Amino acid sequence: MSVLVYTEINKGRVKKASLECVNYAKKIAELTGTTVTAVVNNADLAQLEELGKAGANKILSIKNEKLNTDSIYITAAVEQAANAENSKTIIFAFDITGKSVAPRLSAKLKAGLVAGAVDYPVVNGNTLEVKKNVFSGKATAVYTIHTDVKVISLLPNSFPVVFGANAANVVDFSVDLGAVQSKIVVKELKTNSDGGMVPLPEAELVVSAGRGLKGPEHWGIIEDLAKSLNATTACSRPVADMHWRPHHEHVGQTGVAIRPNLYIAVGISGAIQHLAGVNGSKTIVVINNDKEAPFFKSADYGIIGDAFTIVPKLTEAVKKFKANQN
Amino acid sequence: MKILVAISNVPDTTTKIQFSDNDTKFNTAGVTFVINPYDEWYALVRALEIKEAGKAEKVTIIHVGLADSEATIRKGLALGADDAVRVDAEGPDAFFVAEQVANYAKTNGYDLIMAGKETINYNGSSVGALIAGIIDLPFVSLATKLDIEGNKAIIEHEVDGGAQVVECELPLVLSAAKGMAEQRIPNMRGIMAARTKPLSVVAAIGGAPLTSIKSFTLSAGRTTCKMLTEDNLDELVNLLHTEAKVI
Ligand SMILES: Cc1cc2nc3c(=O)[nH]c(=O)nc-3n(C[C@H](O)[C@H](O)[C@H](O)COP(=O)(O)OP(=O)(O)OC[C@H]3O[C@@H](n4cnc5c(N)ncnc54)[C@H](O)[C@@H]3O)c2cc1C
Ligand SMILES: Nc1ncnc2c1ncn2[C@@H]1O[C@H](COP(=O)(O)O)[C@@H](O)[C@H]1O
Repeated sequence: MSVLVYTEINKGRVKKASLECVNYAKKIAELTGTTVTAVVNNADLAQLEELGKAGANKILSIKNEKLNTDSIYITAAVEQAANAENSKTIIFAFDITGKSVAPRLSAKLKAGLVAGAVDYPVVNGNTLEVKKNVFSGKATAVYTIHTDVKVISLLPNSFPVVFGANAANVVDFSVDLGAVQSKIVVKELKTNSDGGMVPLPEAELVVSAGRGLKGPEHWGIIEDLAKSLNATTACSRPVADMHWRPHHEHVGQTGVAIRPNLYIAVGISGAIQHLAGVNGSKTIVVINNDKEAPFFKSADYGIIGDAFTIVPKLTEAVKKFKANQN
Repeated sequence: MKILVAISNVPDTTTKIQFSDNDTKFNTAGVTFVINPYDEWYALVRALEIKEAGKAEKVTIIHVGLADSEATIRKGLALGADDAVRVDAEGPDAFFVAEQVANYAKTNGYDLIMAGKETINYNGSSVGALIAGIIDLPFVSLATKLDIEGNKAIIEHEVDGGAQVVECELPLVLSAAKGMAEQRIPNMRGIMAARTKPLSVVAAIGGAPLTSIKSFTLSAGRTTCKMLTEDNLDELVNLLHTEAKVI
């Protein structure tokens, strides 16, 4: 009956979103009087330990390369794990993997799905009530899941990760993929040149700029500010459309939706479609030379003035602050 | 080769969101509805381009919704889809929607089923993968490029930290993201032609929805914006540390 949580390793670490999911599963387990079982592929000892500290009581440790090729295999693996554990609640991160696997599993099990949960569920008899963002963050809705088996994916950055002293019971788990036939053949992998930055969907600090910067040649000041904060860079849609910045940096309604702790918007007017992708940020700082810019209405801190003078000064202020901290 | 594009009917992106019936229903009064941008700009337009390149015989659009969404469906026809189907049922439950699309696709032998990355009202990012799960077809998420060669699709799609190029035999399901195509504006001829293109209405299948919405709450906006000047940026950094606690 344990709460099952699918977790992933990326770039040698347990994904932050996965750790959040383990924390979340632990809370659900407490609410429903059961335990947490994590499923992970290709984890080493340190990673297994970390999953335990995040709250997994048991870990089904898989070693299977196929799981890296097509989400159809992950779906089968999690289904087999859910059967083995007799799990009625299955948790994923609402990230690229979770968006493919959670619905596919939900379809196979005819299990009600809430995709992108932002809060802990309320247990109400045999149903769960789960809150998620709707209308691109302009509202939230409480969904009731009516089915016996329930699938929930958790919106990344909804909760900070908390560790305890718990150690998990690690069990090797072999999945039988004999009956699963993937037709997808991977031809090429292209890695974003992110200069070692945290990927946008996971970033806690983001520095973003818009058309106010006038041209790609001016992005140096944005990159410097981002570097001083150890933040990830982002941009508005027209900036990506004009190829000033790569497409994967485009945030908003039609780009990536993010909810970092800090979002600094430089020379971005604050169109409603832009806000739709960033208004979940905890704190928003807006730098704009037009005091009427709509973004100020959605900001926590604002500076009216020329980005070309303010941004370098802000970078210096951040550097000074960091130096004093050490 | 036949392509089925699932389109959703959503409030225009500038809509002021309001709820009615004790916050249990979205208030549609005065709201302009449009085709969900991902479905229109990316999925549908790319499907039409593939047809225009002679690689597909037919592009059908399918929508699960009530009669009031027909204006939106006609816009899809005006852009160039050959015909349309409306499954006559309401219900934001993603599984229910996916079951309708899956059922129609299977019964009518579609080779490529395209959904958008997500709807801008329910933000589920689920229907495409659900359809694939229900029919048990391959699924490629977040496609940013698509081409057809013979009975194969060549797709570039987003993965963690980058992109992947994959090849997959048809039939398959994909979800479309930015990059697939450029937005098109329907021309007068398209709009005229759309009036007489077939739009069939079929009954829904399946049982009770697996999930339902209990209530809505508007997100609290930010109330005050503290203004600073370029001469006290140290103060800003300080506030971010002590007040906002984000650095
Ligand atoms: C269906 C739909 C979906 C969309 N999706 C998105 C989306 O996902 N993301 C997105 O970003 N947009 C999206 N848009 C576009 C959106 O409506 C805006 O057009 C866009 O966000 C504007 O980008 P911007 O703020 O960079 O440019 P602008 O609106 O041109 O704003 C530039 C700002 O820079 C300021 N400025 C100029 N010079 C300086 C200076 N020297 N110093 C400081 N400030 C300066 C100006 O005052 C202005 O406020 C979408 C539109 C539609 C219709
Ligand atoms: N009512 C609907 N009718 C037809 N297609 C839909 C409907 N709702 C969603 N879709 C499709 O599924 C995609 C993802 O929707 P969602 O899972 O709700 O974010 C959309 O971009 C559409 O392509």
